[in-house]
Amino acid sequence: MLQLPIYLDNNATTPMDPRVLEAMTPYFLQNFGNAASRNHPFGWAAEEAVDYSREQVARLIGADPKEIIFTSGATEADNLGIKGVFEMYASKGNHIITATTEHKAVLDTCKHIEKIGGEVTYLNVQPDGLINLVELEAAIKPTTILISIMYANNEIGTVMPIKEISAIARKHGVLVFTDATQAVGKIPVDVNKDGIDLMAFTAHKMYGPKGVGALYVRRKNPRVKVTAQMDGGGHERGMRSGTLNVPGIVGFGKACELCMLEMETDSKRISVLRDKLESALLTLEEAYVNGSREHRLPHVANISFKHVEGEGLLMGFNKNIALSSGSACTSASLEPSYVLKALGLGDDLAHSSLRFGLSRFTTEEEIDYTIKAISDTVLKLREMSPLWEMYKEGIDLNSIQWAAH
Amino acid sequence: MAYSEKVIDHYQNPKNVGTLDKSSKNVGTGLVGAPECGDVMRLQIEVNSETGMITDAKFKTFGCGSAIASSSLATEWLKGKSVDEALKIDNMTIVEELNLPPVKIHCSVLAEDAIKAAINDYREKNGMEKIKFEESVIH
Repeated sequence: MLQLPIYLDNNATTPMDPRVLEAMTPYFLQNFGNAASRNHPFGWAAEEAVDYSREQVARLIGADPKEIIFTSGATEADNLGIKGVFEMYASKGNHIITATTEHKAVLDTCKHIEKIGGEVTYLNVQPDGLINLVELEAAIKPTTILISIMYANNEIGTVMPIKEISAIARKHGVLVFTDATQAVGKIPVDVNKDGIDLMAFTAHKMYGPKGVGALYVRRKNPRVKVTAQMDGGGHERGMRSGTLNVPGIVGFGKACELCMLEMETDSKRISVLRDKLESALLTLEEAYVNGSREHRLPHVANISFKHVEGEGLLMGFNKNIALSSGSACTSASLEPSYVLKALGLGDDLAHSSLRFGLSRFTTEEEIDYTIKAISDTVLKLREMSPLWEMYKEGIDLNSIQWAAH
Repeated sequence: MAYSEKVIDHYQNPKNVGTLDKSSKNVGTGLVGAPECGDVMRLQIEVNSETGMITDAKFKTFGCGSAIASSSLATEWLKGKSVDEALKIDNMTIVEELNLPPVKIHCSVLAEDAIKAAINDYREKNGMEKIKFEESVIH
């Protein structure tokens, strides 16, 4: 039976897997101890649980448990990773390279770095959303200490060539940080094979709880250090003070274990559904996929429906289908998506986009329902769109002098 | 963002969607907004030149639900009014009627601008001087 509303906004957050909740529950009640309490059974139970989770998390990304620093989420891990390296390696240089399509948690951290004396290069991306490796290498200077490029983009799902990026970085002795929030648990990520030195990721994008994430910090070849950004009890090997969120960490560990076991089968099934959704929607006239279709997460699609405005489109079905749009009207800033604009899309196409994020729990029935609801709404709104009428009459919309406002 | 019931109703059952013959002397067309800004409204009126009454009004809008509702409501209000009365339609009455939140006030401004542009187009076609309007404040 189809249950409404349907959730297809899994890049924003995923529902928790019931098995994760089950693992967490005892750590709210019986085992409520502080993992730093070394002198009694409550503390021992909590510490043991954290150690186990740290192994589960590390295993998913091919790391050593000692390389996992638990944080409150990916935003904190982004801040700690970038600011921590900037401070720690100040004697080596002050230059960071990143890209214009990064998440705000990285971009705003980089802006902060600029304010405190750092220099940041923001690489443009190609129309497919990937950075140009030649430009990346050309941007490296003697003062470059860090390259921060996301593993996969949150809006368009584009997967960056991390291996190639880290090979370039190694050649020049530069560290690689990656925000892998959207990738970990969805596609295989291995910090050693990928040559990653620091990596941020979070539980709530992979069927775990909100409020817990991690920063991976490489311990050998090279040994990487970050300066703590919060003062306190010296938890997490001095890199992140603050009482550990034990139930959250337990849930994170369980979520990682489940992804490790089920990622391959999940992603095969989900990508079939994604492809079905995408090819059905592309049968509509003037519908375009944004970003690379080849180098892309298996559960993500971002599609623009020309001459229909995104928020207006969402309104046709948002009681029943949860989705997000790159339209300005859906964002707090009233600007259309900067990621889509960075691909070179005009504002009109950026305003017309929908982002689909499928999950482990998405069913074929839900996809069938979504295809119909969206197709019907696009057709209805185009009947109502003056731009569509002009387009159909063969009028070049760029030839019109619009009264910009 | 939650929409008011009236916005939802106009969105689901828009009134007077369509196209009037823009080459007709009795038809005034206003096209306002820009695709880059995420909303474009085209509002048309058909005027009985003898009585000065608006006999029909149609719209097409590219935009969010509030923009669609504002233009749908505007066409409803225009029908049966004289051109002079139509000039008095103020964006704030649209805001009140549709219960638009502050971030959507620009949708009502656009509808008011579309009415004025349609009237001026009609006046120009019929040898009357265009009315000079003050620049809209909120854009």
